[in-house]
Amino acid sequence: MAQVIVETGNRVAGLACKAARAQVIAAYPITPQTTVVEQVAELVEGGKMDAKYIRVESEHSAMAACIGAAVGGARTFTATSSHGLALMHEMLHWASAARLPIVMAVVNRAMGPPWNIWADFSDSLSQRDTGWLQFYCADNQEIFDTTIQAYKLCEDNRVFMPAMVCFEGFILSHTSMPVKIPDQKEIDDFLPPYNPPWLMDVDNPLTHGSIVYPEWYMEFRYFMYEAMENARRLIPEIDKEYGRRFGFEHGGHIEKYRCEDADLIILSMGTIGSEAKLAVDNLRKQGRKVGAARVRVFRPFPKEEIQNMAKNAQMLTIIDRQVSYGMEGPLHTEVKASLYSERDSPLTAGFIAGIGGRDVTLRDIEKMVDKSFRYLQAGKVAKEVEWVGLRE
Amino acid sequence: MRDLPLTPLSRPRVASTGKTGSWRTFRPTINTEKCTRCLLCWIYCPEACIELDATNLPKVNYDYCKGCGICAHECPLKIIKMEREESA
Repeated sequence: MAQVIVETGNRVAGLACKAARAQVIAAYPITPQTTVVEQVAELVEGGKMDAKYIRVESEHSAMAACIGAAVGGARTFTATSSHGLALMHEMLHWASAARLPIVMAVVNRAMGPPWNIWADFSDSLSQRDTGWLQFYCADNQEIFDTTIQAYKLCEDNRVFMPAMVCFEGFILSHTSMPVKIPDQKEIDDFLPPYNPPWLMDVDNPLTHGSIVYPEWYMEFRYFMYEAMENARRLIPEIDKEYGRRFGFEHGGHIEKYRCEDADLIILSMGTIGSEAKLAVDNLRKQGRKVGAARVRVFRPFPKEEIQNMAKNAQMLTIIDRQVSYGMEGPLHTEVKASLYSERDSPLTAGFIAGIGGRDVTLRDIEKMVDKSFRYLQAGKVAKEVEWVGLRE
Repeated sequence: MRDLPLTPLSRPRVASTGKTGSWRTFRPTINTEKCTRCLLCWIYCPEACIELDATNLPKVNYDYCKGCGICAHECPLKIIKMEREESA
């Protein structure tokens, strides 16, 4: 039977791993991810979860163990944060190029130095080009739902790619919220056992990941490109089907809030997107036609949805909880790139905010919107990239 | 292109790059009279081209041996000689 619990984001991620019936979990603890794997270890050890928990000496090994298990046909799960994810980098490429549907919770945390355990997206967005799907959540219910959806999507034979389910450290990871856990039978029905297309099998030996010469290498990379395009199509379908069955739908690629008639749309990712909804309500009361769009999926990037959404807007206020040094916020870049071939695109203003766990408040967002409206009136964006709340 | 698997997978077969013995500069020869059949050369050969006869006596398959010399290095009796190949 479905039940409503009150739990932290990390505990919910662990429960999603159990509900998905992950068979092999290999992980290494790192703040703020630690309680995800603590709970999974507890569930396995207590006999409440029929899975193998592999303790490893590093995140690189954790991902390597997941790769091995996935090649053996197991549904696998891991979780990490920040430097742990950075250490996995080489294996992230391997997992996607070996086409293994591994699902990983990434509890977003800033990179050091300076040492910092709080939220920003510098860890996961640095892994943009590793061939992993990237989802960003705004509440604990979404963490659960996205994890289940991610397995469904990644194990689809048109995809066979791994996915990160990202959520901000402490803001979600250690904050309790009510979450509805659907009935296990219904989850099993939505997510049948993984049916791997090939196996590491001693009775039918295969060499995995052998050398491929320049004459054929590109074709394997094209397959990955194509898989991401397929995933792009499947994401809203799977989100809808999940919503039909379990009552929670998260907007497919982008959760849109009061965007239909908006002159200005606030684009963001993660929990800043929830705060932006409050800002929209406030600003609407003042008669300003503002909407909020929270990008849930960064890879594959929802180009078309951005294009469609921007058709009626005149101004986009883009908030990034990460900066690409030497350029701007990554969301800012991707949004502009998506609009480049469009006619009459809205103006865009990029804001860098919330780095290293700094709060991004309702007031901050309202100030960004105020500034953006001034740009719109002037017909020119005076400052393309602005750091919000920087100390003098 | 559509005949390819999604990721490189291949079935085991003998030497897909041909007879690699032609790459050899030094040729190992086992003094079979002194050999005690410890099989260390057979275990260590990275190319699995030391074969065993019915009495477990090792024999080098020169079609594929690249002459790396690991067998000679590992042989506890030092009865595997590495000798320069005559230039072809």
